[in-house]
Amino acid sequence: MRNPVYTAIAIAVGLVVLAGYFLEFELLVNLRIVLLEWATILVAVALLVGVINLFTVHWRKMSTEPQNRTNSAVLIISMMLTLGLVGWFGPTAPISLWIFNHIQVPIESSLFAILSVVLIMAGVRLLRRKPNLLSIVFIGTAVVILLMSGPLFGIDLPALADLRTWIGEVPAVAGARGILLGVTLGIVAAGLRILMGADRPYGGS
Amino acid sequence: MDNIRIIGLIFVLVFFFLMVAAAVISRQRGGRKLRGISAFTRLMRAIGLAVEAGTRLHVSLGRGQPLSTQSAIGYVGLSILERIAKSTSISDRPTIATSGESSLGILSQDTQRTASKYLGDEFDPMRGRITGLTPYSYAAGTLTMIQEEDLGANMLIGSYGSEAGLITDAAERSDSMTLGGTDNLSGQAVLFASAQEPLIGEETYAGGAYLGSGEMHTASLYAQDILRWVIIALIIIGVILNLIGVI
Repeated sequence: MRNPVYTAIAIAVGLVVLAGYFLEFELLVNLRIVLLEWATILVAVALLVGVINLFTVHWRKMSTEPQNRTNSAVLIISMMLTLGLVGWFGPTAPISLWIFNHIQVPIESSLFAILSVVLIMAGVRLLRRKPNLLSIVFIGTAVVILLMSGPLFGIDLPALADLRTWIGEVPAVAGARGILLGVTLGIVAAGLRILMGADRPYGGS
Repeated sequence: MDNIRIIGLIFVLVFFFLMVAAAVISRQRGGRKLRGISAFTRLMRAIGLAVEAGTRLHVSLGRGQPLSTQSAIGYVGLSILERIAKSTSISDRPTIATSGESSLGILSQDTQRTASKYLGDEFDPMRGRITGLTPYSYAAGTLTMIQEEDLGANMLIGSYGSEAGLITDAAERSDSMTLGGTDNLSGQAVLFASAQEPLIGEETYAGGAYLGSGEMHTASLYAQDILRWVIIALIIIGVILNLIGVI
């Protein structure tokens, strides 16, 4: 059974923050600001805990899983080097920016490049897995948007350009709004369940 | 108080009363049957298979920031993780959770620790991992984990962008089932194409109700259904009034 003290704190803080948003009583608004500031500090502390967790997981993998040792060793060495250099010279020092611009950005860009190939393969898999009208419309729309997003060997196809604009302005916006309305209802439901104590995404046993 | 806040407050209060009413009615008359969502049917089967075959289930919680609207989808992911962790605790290889946000990582460990305690098991902190703190480092760390573990199914329930495609691709290559839902529109498009069982829009938030997390989860679905029809009616009335020149 979960600790009722944690549940009471979560519900009380949630109610105060929600009431402080809707009702403009000075006490409630000030209390809401203080609670949000505390939450911001806790999130920053959690970030440190996250870095420690990343280190611990890979340290343990290095010592218990010899077959996966190399990747974990690279991660730990890079982490220690980056922490040491950025911690010593500061985050805006030339060496820190060099690490960011010459290591972090190229690695993430290459992953982004891989993603484009992965998405083409996903499109093919989708047609094989679910060969129905919805999948064909999905892939067809993606192809039309892609074709008209860049120059097509210098060829100008006004009908396709108009189709792309229409897709972007009418069905895409309509679909996105429908999905976002559903997501918003889901967010409100999830928030209310937590405020009512029906959903407790914290342990505290 | 401005009009937008008054409308917001009324909306939240109406939602609350509808949820309570739906819970009371369902308790008196017995629960109504939910419409079938193939993703959750396959998930229930995957949970059973994981326990029997000794494969591991993976719940990916994404990168929902705790002080933003993205936190809601993260909490839904945690709720699903709790149900799955309890169901698979008797398995030789219990569920593993990955997250790309520190608070979610801590909560995932806490959720699994609570589930283990509930069943009298020992908790291993390696079951709740933070695999990266930026979108692509999270994807890279998670896909390595998918390749290393013998996974039966992957549930991607959280906030993702297009990087979700890398995770689902790794899952596909490891021959494990993928189920995915997110609150992000580009992430949703990627998951629709790449996940075996995509969840669209509010379906993702219904996970708790379909996995039997409690009557309030089911009641919130009824409240959502009623309010969805109210919103649809208001949109249609607004369009008609606009067409005849009233507004």
